[in-house]
Amino acid sequence: MEFFFEVLIGGLLSGVMYALVALGFVLIYKASGVFNFAQGAMVYLAALSVAGCMEKGAPLWLAVILAFVIMTLFGIATERFVLRKLVNQPPIALFMATIGLAFFIEGLAPLVFGSEPRALDLGIVDEPIPYFLDQWNMVISKFDLVAAGVASVLVATLALFFQTTRVGRALRAVADDHQAALSIGIPLQHIWAIVWGVAGFVALVAGLMWGARNGVQFALTFTALKALPVLILGGFTSVPGAIVGGLIIGASEKLAEIYIPPVLAGWFGGNFGGIEGWFPYILALLFLLVRPEGLFGERHIDRV
Amino acid sequence: MLYREAGQFKTSYAADQQLFPIRQDRIGVLLLLAVAFVGVPLLASEYWFSAILIPFLIFALAALGLNILTGYAGQLSLGSAAFMAVGAYAAYNFQLRVEGIPVLLSFACAGLTAAGVGVLFGLPSLRIKGFYLAVATLAAQFFIVWCLTKFPWLSNNSSSGVISTQPIEILGLAVDTPREKYLLVLAVVALLALAAKNLVRSSTGRAWMAVRDMDVAASVIGIRLMPTKLLAFAVSSFYCGVAGALYAFCYLGSVEPDGFSLDMSFKILFMIIIGGVGSILGSFLGAAFILLLPIFLDVALPAAAGLFGLPFSSATVSHIQILVFGALIMFFLIVEPHGLARLWQIAKEKLRLWPFPH
Repeated sequence: MEFFFEVLIGGLLSGVMYALVALGFVLIYKASGVFNFAQGAMVYLAALSVAGCMEKGAPLWLAVILAFVIMTLFGIATERFVLRKLVNQPPIALFMATIGLAFFIEGLAPLVFGSEPRALDLGIVDEPIPYFLDQWNMVISKFDLVAAGVASVLVATLALFFQTTRVGRALRAVADDHQAALSIGIPLQHIWAIVWGVAGFVALVAGLMWGARNGVQFALTFTALKALPVLILGGFTSVPGAIVGGLIIGASEKLAEIYIPPVLAGWFGGNFGGIEGWFPYILALLFLLVRPEGLFGERHIDRV
Repeated sequence: MLYREAGQFKTSYAADQQLFPIRQDRIGVLLLLAVAFVGVPLLASEYWFSAILIPFLIFALAALGLNILTGYAGQLSLGSAAFMAVGAYAAYNFQLRVEGIPVLLSFACAGLTAAGVGVLFGLPSLRIKGFYLAVATLAAQFFIVWCLTKFPWLSNNSSSGVISTQPIEILGLAVDTPREKYLLVLAVVALLALAAKNLVRSSTGRAWMAVRDMDVAASVIGIRLMPTKLLAFAVSSFYCGVAGALYAFCYLGSVEPDGFSLDMSFKILFMIIIGGVGSILGSFLGAAFILLLPIFLDVALPAAAGLFGLPFSSATVSHIQILVFGALIMFFLIVEPHGLARLWQIAKEKLRLWPFPH
């Protein structure tokens, strides 16, 4: 039973890491209706620019600020040169454009900063906390707990930002209806620039966390693939959905990885590891058949 | 004036309903087929067959399959490579386990198997749309590749799922040189492309397009969404499955599940975006473009760098390739969302009027 809980908690904490990436998707989708496939590539770019700046001799805090500037500029440039040109195109076209954007970043970032994998040291040690080890005999990483803390602070800030500030209200208005928002005097393009800036910031946080955990390398772009089932489960438009979805996906995939392969091996014989790769997707797919709009998504009414 | 269809009057329904109602198109297609079947085999070298022409035709077929699903029926799929994998492994297993099955029949059965799997993964499309569906097709991508790696029966107990395809023999003739393989692939692709051309102008194709443009409106005018969408998934996966079988048997000869990666799915998606979404011709143009671009960059970039005396590594070339791919996708979506096929149409319209612009 202890082992079960250890796996469960480990899964929940890694789910928080997925949720960090999923948040970026939700933000852009909420505010501009664009499903930004390039979020994973943006995480990579952010982590790489921090590592690149530190290699040039900048201290961590300066590198993070520089990376934030890079991400914001990049977000604004994307809005200006890609998305603004695609206004009024069907959402699928915008989605495919962001796939193009993802490839563009994946090519550009290593050209600028170099492609060799690097370690990123944030000063947080990835080691088990002695208290849990002694009292409960469970291995729970200090790093995971810090990541969970960062994620909750981020979500709380974003929720406050969306609910209470002027800009947040404008963002929600834009998300609801572009034209109506425009007609009551909300500057659409500024709002979009802000959204892309914020998404860049979230990508930076996710990039720092993932980069410190797994090293700054190309595999960071795959974080997007981990975040997609989270989004489906939680609903594309819900910030809490991203968190809850992340927790469910993280916990269930770790449990599935431990408990399903032995069963399969018992039936068919052989080695059935690597279930993590597809389990979240199948889970999300089955879930969709019951609730097509996700856990917290808005129910969509079609009109002819 | 080079190209004019005025004055070609139709006097029977059969004449009006033929596949290519315009004489120039008929002649053009016949010429193209003649060149492909007779001219190219006489002229092209071994390298051209095995490195360019065969993959071009196979990827064009896969792009055609995706185009039926995405371009005509409007259901975005990111799992086309997985359906190719199903086709490749199904053809291998039919050859292995059914005594004396003809190769072409095993390809057809492979297509049908892929179609079955496609329908299975198309089922969610009845409840979900758009991005949700795109993500759902990713489930197919990861799950199928995992299955092929982990179930040893599917690859006849070879390690890590690698299969080496059986030799091809049709009516007692061995198909083993690149030239013969090219002719086989060409025949299959030409046949399936004409079938697709025919299909998309039929009532089925029109129903697909109605669903693509607005599915609620389509169901209001009496199109049954479930059979229409599932048929699109089935036909599309059939094409991808046959393409996968050809990919294994005629192009590589030995494939592994991981070869049918998400990257390959994206590549096929890029082909239809650049070639033209919702166009049969576009699938071919896009496949040619996407396959030739890396070859061109491989040659051109080091040459350009040498000209300016810049240091250059092969890693840089691959980064620039990815970058150019991404930039081109965005460029085409912004400037010409209907892709190369639309450019060809514009060229035809210009030729119709040339040399007088009005």
